[in-house]
Parts: sequence; structure tokens; C-alpha cells
Amino acid sequence: MLTANKGSTFKVFKQLVKRDIRVASRQRSDLLNPLIFLIIVVTLFPLGVGPGPDILGRIAPGVIWVSALLSSMLGLERLFRDDFRDGALEQMLLLPVAVEISVLAKILVHWLLTALPVLIITPLLALLMNLPLQAWGTLWLTLFLGTPVLSAAGAIGVALTVSLNKGGALLSLLLLPLLIPLLIFATAAVEAAVAGVSPAGPLALIGAFMVLCITLAPFAVKAGLRVSVN
Amino acid sequence: MAVLLEANELMSIRGERMLFSDLQLSVHAGEIWQIVGPNGAGKSSLLRILAGLLTPQAGSVAFQQNPIAEDRETFYQNLLFIGHKAGVKAELTAIENLEFYAAVQGVELHEPPYEILAKVGLVGLEDIPAQGLSAGQQRRIALARLWLTQAPLWILDEPFTALDVEGIALLHTRFAEHLSAGGAIVLTSHQELITELYQVKALTLRYQH
Amino acid sequence: MWRWLHPYAKPEATFALTQKLIPWFALPGIILVLVSLVWGLAFAPPDYQQGESYRIIFVHVPSAMWAMGFYVGMAIMGVIALVWQIRTAELAILAIAPVGAVLTFISLFTGAIWGQPMWGTWWVWDARLTAQLILLFLYLGVMALYVAFEDERAGAKAASILAIVGVINIPIIHYSVYWWNTLHQKSTVTRAITRLEAPSIAPEMLWPLLVSILAMLLVSIVLVLMRLNNEILRREIHRPWALAELGITLDSSAKAHNDAEKKNVEKKGGADAV
Repeated sequence: MLTANKGSTFKVFKQLVKRDIRVASRQRSDLLNPLIFLIIVVTLFPLGVGPGPDILGRIAPGVIWVSALLSSMLGLERLFRDDFRDGALEQMLLLPVAVEISVLAKILVHWLLTALPVLIITPLLALLMNLPLQAWGTLWLTLFLGTPVLSAAGAIGVALTVSLNKGGALLSLLLLPLLIPLLIFATAAVEAAVAGVSPAGPLALIGAFMVLCITLAPFAVKAGLRVSVN
Repeated sequence: MAVLLEANELMSIRGERMLFSDLQLSVHAGEIWQIVGPNGAGKSSLLRILAGLLTPQAGSVAFQQNPIAEDRETFYQNLLFIGHKAGVKAELTAIENLEFYAAVQGVELHEPPYEILAKVGLVGLEDIPAQGLSAGQQRRIALARLWLTQAPLWILDEPFTALDVEGIALLHTRFAEHLSAGGAIVLTSHQELITELYQVKALTLRYQH
Repeated sequence: MWRWLHPYAKPEATFALTQKLIPWFALPGIILVLVSLVWGLAFAPPDYQQGESYRIIFVHVPSAMWAMGFYVGMAIMGVIALVWQIRTAELAILAIAPVGAVLTFISLFTGAIWGQPMWGTWWVWDARLTAQLILLFLYLGVMALYVAFEDERAGAKAASILAIVGVINIPIIHYSVYWWNTLHQKSTVTRAITRLEAPSIAPEMLWPLLVSILAMLLVSIVLVLMRLNNEILRREIHRPWALAELGITLDSSAKAHNDAEKKNVEKKGGADAV
């Protein structure tokens, strides 16, 4: 009689992360495009509203965050699209661990690949938009705390739309309303920092929103994937 | 022989059409079941229900007497499912693909599985990203998992597609090996399984209007 | 016949039930709409600040209230559809979503009409208006996702999940929007609005308002039930009972059918207790 070995949950998680990073490292242009889009959009604003540093500094938090939201929509589909096409998604649902764990691995990889570069170029964006120096740290913190929300909530949207041919525009329609609290809290935090007030309150709210998304999203993603793979 | 997989009063409806109802199936260790039927009769749906990918409208599936929804960890440690889509990542090489599936299924590999890839006819192609290979060759990467796995239950959707005569013969040998070791197989196939190595049991689904 | 017994007995039963319920909601609904409109528009006293133009609240407030209420109802149907895989609950989502979206739109539209004479502008980024606009997007998302799937049941499940995610997020969205609004309250317009929020409302205005709220609920429920029945009929059109349902209406309008067919219809339709 055949018997199967018991693999540990953590091992499966690690394998998924390793594989996805390896896959992504072989299609680098996909990773760069949203980043370039983000930089270009932020560059367009001074051209559109004029280069006056006082105006730019005032709208900087909103512009940077709206651009970050939009650019994250661009690369979001990658989260499950290829896996759906080649059957790896199906196999992921058949792994001997809770699907939520695998979903968390996918979310983590997506965050590492899309948010980390944004966090690295944040100073450049702040510089381009003339954001007062005392708010740079807060801007970075809002992005650090907020980008996991983009990956987690984004995963829900992608899980629901991945089997559709033209999911792209629909994805934004589904997700952007859900992300409004994030936009409000984040810009409020940066604006507080610009005004010299403590941004602790809105930062704590972003943190709470992030924890909520990361804990609840995997369940919704799992349900969405089960609909989509059928 | 022990019952590995048992399906009770399964019913499946796709869209507005009833595919099957009251379906019973007991898969014992050492048995190979072929699901037969015309296109659209629900063969793939049945396999996906058995694998727990699809929820039936009624009925239940149990693995070793435990409903699969209740103990999914045990079930998926003991199941190998290969569907229409092979689950092979095109950016990764054959070796990397196999190593991933071995690792997540808890199979220890002491060296890269060159031997197995040689067996399925992928000599010299081990280190090319799978996107450079033909459909048949990609399929062979997925099927190479059959040599790596220790799972007793295999569910295979059209395993013979895109395989040449040699590949088909190879698969038959592997099936026979697996069955005599106490494994079980449920599969679909358009062609009849002509082999003297084992006895095939058939479950026929009819197209229902 | 036996094949359809298990899950498909349900829509049939629901259809019969809703057919019975519709008049019970429709009749009081129509009466109350008339009462509240006549009372509100003709007999309630004019507002001491806003004059006659405040009377739009008899449409605006009920639609704004139930826009939210129906979203919650839709999400509850989503839970039922996902957990118990009940077909009728899936169709209920499809029935509720457009009604809710229209309620949301009415509240936005009447809000804009009201805003023009009051605040001198069609649109202000008032917290309630903004939250309502986002609610409209949420409704549109659910509807768009539902129809995007080729397999209708998959679409229903996806829409259910989205509705549930949305309903969890709605309190957060509301809180954040209100907070955002107080944070940015710089314009005189928004301050004027907050001033207009009278803490108490005269009973002569309150009563017709309460009646109009109830009337809007009843009428919306009737619309949802009618939509639900249409959706059920559309899905079940090839089933004997649905044909019987339609056959009976054909029969009464034009007695052109022969007796044999009539008997057939009656035999099969009898169980529906229409």
C-alpha cells in the first residue's frame, strides 16, 4: 500500500514563494512597466498644473497616492492570470495545505515584486512633487502600510475576474471603490505631516485597515478562485 | 481490497443542464476506472468533483471513509490530479517544475530528477524553459509527476492526449506498476485503453438533454 | 421529472409564494405613495428656512435610506447563495441590484436638484453625497460582475462574494468619507449644509416623511419581487410549470387553445397554487 509523506505547511508556503519569484525574475518587463507608469504619471502633474512649488507640495500626497493606486491596477492581473491559463492555479487549490495559506504566499510575492520597488523610488516621487521634507517619512510609511492592502484587496478582485476575457476595466470598477478608505487615510496622514501635526491617527487607521484586509482577504480570494477555476 | 475513493449520489448541473445524478462510484485499491461518454456528458466535471475542485449540487465524495471537504490535507497528500491544463510554468525548466511539485507533495529529492525526465523522453531538454518546448513535451513534464509521486490515488483528465505511441506505452507500464503497488486511477480518455497489463473498469456517462 | 425535483422545486415554490405576496405589498405601497406625496407636497407646512423646496425630502430621504438597506439585503442573499447554494437567492441578487442602484441614483439626482437652489451648486463633496456616489459604484460593480460571466451561476457566485466584501467595507468607507469631509471642511458651502441639519423636525413634516419611507420600501419590494419572478420564469421557461404559468395568462387573454392542451396545463400547473 502506498502512503504519502506529510509536507509541512511552511514548506509549501516557501516553495510557492520561491517558484513565483523565480517565474517573475524571468519576465522582468512585466515588473518594470507599472513602475515606469507611476513615474510618468507623477511627472505629468507638474506639467498639467504648473510647476509652482506651493501648489505641487499641497497636492503631492493626493497625486502620489492616486498614481500609486492606478499603477497598481496595471500589474494586478498578473497575480493569478498566468496561473489560471496554464493550470498552476488549479494545482494550487489541490495543495495539501489550506488554500488561504497559498493565497497569502501569492499576496506576499505580489507585494514583494510590485510594492517594494515603489517604496524604493518613493523619495524620487516626493522630490518630483516638491513634497516638504518633513512629510517624506510619513509618505513612505503610508505606502509601506498601505501597499499590502492593495495586494490583498487586489487579490480578491483578480480572483473574481481572472476567468473573464476582458477583466481589466471591470477589475478597476470593482476595486477602486473598496480602496477609497485607504486613499483618504493615507493622504490625510501625509497632509498632517506637511502641516506639522502628528500623523499617528491616520497611520494607525491604515494599519488597522491593512490587518483587516490581510486577515479577511484570503477567505474571499479562496471563494473567488473556486468560482473562477470551474 | 480497501475502498480508496467513494462517491455517493453525486449530482452535477452545469448552466441549466443536468449532467448526471445519483451517481455512485467506489474506487478500490488496485483498480483503474475509465470514465466514458460523449463530449459534454460531464466527464471532466465528474473528475473535478472527485478531486474536490467542483462542488456537486448533491451528494458527497469520501476518501478512505472521510468526506474530502473535512480532511482536505490528508486527501490532497494522497491525490495526484492532472487536468486539461498541465500546470507547468512556462518560464521554468522541466527540472524546476518537477522539483516544485515534488517539494509541495512532500517527496524528498536527493538529486535533480534527470532519470525520470529521461524516462518520459525529455533528454537534453531538462534545462530549457518549458515555453521553448512543444505541447506534447510540456504534457510530458506534467506526466513525469507520475514517477515522482507517492500518492495512491491518481485522477487524470485525458492523460494520453498529445502523446506518441511510445509515450502511450510508457504510460500503460507506469499505470500497471502503480496498480500493482496498491494504487488506484480514475481517468478519462477518448480512445479505448488497449493493454494487457491491467483490467479497465468503465463508467459510462450519457449525454442528457 | 424526478431529475428536477431536488434543487429545482425551489424556484417554483418561490414563484408561487412571491406571486401571492406581490398584491399584499403592492396595494398598501401604492396607497401609501399617494398618501405621502399628497400629504408631503400639499399639506405639510413649508420650511421656515428653505421654503417649499425642502419638499423633495419626501423622495430624497426614503430613496437614500433604502439604497443602503437594499445593499445589505443583497449581501444577505449573497451569503445564502454561497452557503446553501440556493438558486433563488442567486436570482434575488440579480433582482435587487438594479432596484438598489436606481434608488441610489434617485437619491443622488434629487440631492443635486435640491442642492441647486439651496447651496447654489449641483454638486458638493458633502459626506453623504460622496458616500452615496461610492455606493452607486459598488452596485454597478456587482451588476457588471454578474453579467460578465458566461456561466450564469458562476456570475451569481462571484457577485455574491463581491457584495459581501462590499458590505464589510461599507462601514469603513462611510466612516472614512465622513472623517475626510470634516477634515477638509473649508468651503462655506459644506458648513452651510451642516447648519441646515436641523436637530429636530416638526411633527407635521415628520409624519409624511415616515409614511413616504414606508411607501418607498413597499414599492421597492414589489419591484424586487416582480423582477425576481421574471428572472425565475426566464430561467425555467422550458419547464412544464413555467409554461403552464404563461399558458394560463395566454388562455385568459385569448381562449384559442383546445381543451386537451388546457387540461394538460391545468394538470401540471395545479401544484403551483397560483
